[in-house]
Amino acid sequence: MKQLVIAGQTFSSRLFLGTGKFSSNSLMEEAITASGTGMVTVAMKRLDPTGGEDDMLHHIRKPGIQLLPNTSGVRNAREAVFAAQLAREAFETNWLKLEIHPDPRYLLPDPIQTLKATEELAKLGFVVLPYIQADPVLCKLLEEAGAATVMPLGAPIGTNKGLKTRDLLEIIIEQSTIPVVVDAGIGAPSHAAEAMEMGADAVLVNTAIAVAGDPVAMAKAFSLATEAGRMAFEARLATQLQIAEASSPLTSFLEANPPTP
Amino acid sequence: MNDFINYIDNYKWEDIREAVYSKTNADVEQALHTTRPGIHDFMALVSPAAQGYLEPMAQLSRRYTQQRFGKTVQFYVPLYLTNSCINHCIYCGFNHANDINRIILTDHQIRQEIEAIHRIGSFKHILLVTGENPRDAGVDYIENAIRLVKNDFSSISIEVQPLKQQEYTRLIDAGLNAVYCYQETYHKERYKIYHPKGMKSKFDWRLDTFDRMGKAGIHKMGLGVLIGLEDWRTDTTFMALHLRYLQKRYWQTRYSVSFPRMRPHEGEHFQPNVIMHDKELAQLIFAFRIFDHDLEIALSTRESQYFRDHMTTLVVTSLSAGSKTDPGGYAVYKAELEQFIVNDDRSPAEVLQAVTNQGYEVVWKDWDMSLQYNS
Repeated sequence: MKQLVIAGQTFSSRLFLGTGKFSSNSLMEEAITASGTGMVTVAMKRLDPTGGEDDMLHHIRKPGIQLLPNTSGVRNAREAVFAAQLAREAFETNWLKLEIHPDPRYLLPDPIQTLKATEELAKLGFVVLPYIQADPVLCKLLEEAGAATVMPLGAPIGTNKGLKTRDLLEIIIEQSTIPVVVDAGIGAPSHAAEAMEMGADAVLVNTAIAVAGDPVAMAKAFSLATEAGRMAFEARLATQLQIAEASSPLTSFLEANPPTP
Repeated sequence: MNDFINYIDNYKWEDIREAVYSKTNADVEQALHTTRPGIHDFMALVSPAAQGYLEPMAQLSRRYTQQRFGKTVQFYVPLYLTNSCINHCIYCGFNHANDINRIILTDHQIRQEIEAIHRIGSFKHILLVTGENPRDAGVDYIENAIRLVKNDFSSISIEVQPLKQQEYTRLIDAGLNAVYCYQETYHKERYKIYHPKGMKSKFDWRLDTFDRMGKAGIHKMGLGVLIGLEDWRTDTTFMALHLRYLQKRYWQTRYSVSFPRMRPHEGEHFQPNVIMHDKELAQLIFAFRIFDHDLEIALSTRESQYFRDHMTTLVVTSLSAGSKTDPGGYAVYKAELEQFIVNDDRSPAEVLQAVTNQGYEVVWKDWDMSLQYNS
């Protein structure tokens, strides 16, 4: 299978993980290992600079895993740029998952502030992966603003509803020249497979793994589904055939001799 | 950011050719049923295997075309400004080596031509065409021509030599809406044989002009392969790759395709290497419609009345009518030398009647200058 490259870095797994909502840090660590992922996102608000008991970082910082700090909690571009600079210091990486969701209930991203912050952060040398609505025009604008990927949502965060935005995701995938990572809403391995079969470059999953009965087994299940979906996409899926209408010959004119003038 | 001239290096002519010719009936059926056809589907649709699927291809094409454009067809008129040309394209009547009377229309003559065009039809979309003579008909001349016609037409297109990005910007500011440029063939080695001298001999300069147009923010660009030079199934697959590349990168631009086809003819002039029959041209045009539902597809008066009338109800969205392909041909001069021989020589009124009889509406005006900032 083709390897995924983001900002020059190669990822062998197309499954990315979020780190919230796990019942323990050690369980999270096991799930990360079982998933085979090469990138995990961490909310910088969870970071404990004193290295206290709650510090999740040492459970995540492993060889072969790209840390992707996220700005969850900020409400506008100004706050996001400030948070990003702190995250770069703390996590020692210029990779950033840009999340600006001013609405604390549905956590829906603000497209205008996200575009603004992407422009600024790209200029400051960040590798920006913005979390956004499944809006094809916004995706092209973010691409031009210097985003490394786009991360459109399948459904509102944490809902596990699957690819409710499917028609728009298809357009985004068709038009994008940077990787498309479907983020949010993926609630079951079948949803991940569906996104990959459509041609998404990767998926990011958190809640569905973290709150599963057995998060470690579920992480493995997502890994298999993501790989299977990608393999199917590259093998080019057979389409559902309909019966073609045999009547009304539109092309008989090509058989006939044209009238001579 | 890499342009298409770098991107195309990933594809070898022989590999593409082999991929196209090895497509099977199953591949064609797959292509007919997928909702978002990719380049492999396109290859299946232009492959020999698809020859037995013309009818379902026509049905799909008609459905997609009507869904997107309704029962309408746009009319445009070409205005040849000059046959002066520094190139030596071995298939072209304007070849520098040909001993013909070279004409560059003056301001006054351009006005005369416009008045004559108004007398034959209600055209609002004009295509300004030149040979390639940057010294005598360069960007200054083209800009002047745009300014001369802009009060009479709402949409101005050009088909001229490849320009620099800032030259496109300048013309867009003057009122230019669309650029048509034909790569002729994507076969880089063979290209040199057909275009031995002049600026046109530079394959990369020509190929890269689409990126330059895109960067200049052109509203619409037209692509084409000259049918008769190389294997058309392979050549048009390269064109489809180019189209997809451009659509992703210059996503605010609209795209148009056309397929000028050379026919065998009397005389000692260049004879086409490849002869494409009506059925094959129909297959190719259907393939592009299925590949991209939104494309503008034009058929010029190079094609016969019979073929144009039928294809209009299936897939074509843009027709020229009453065209003169020699500079001054509408009013100033009696036929000097046409760039190509007009096949459908009906008047615009006659073509309009044929379109109306088939239950279609002619759209003369589909753009307004006021939609273009600066012009």
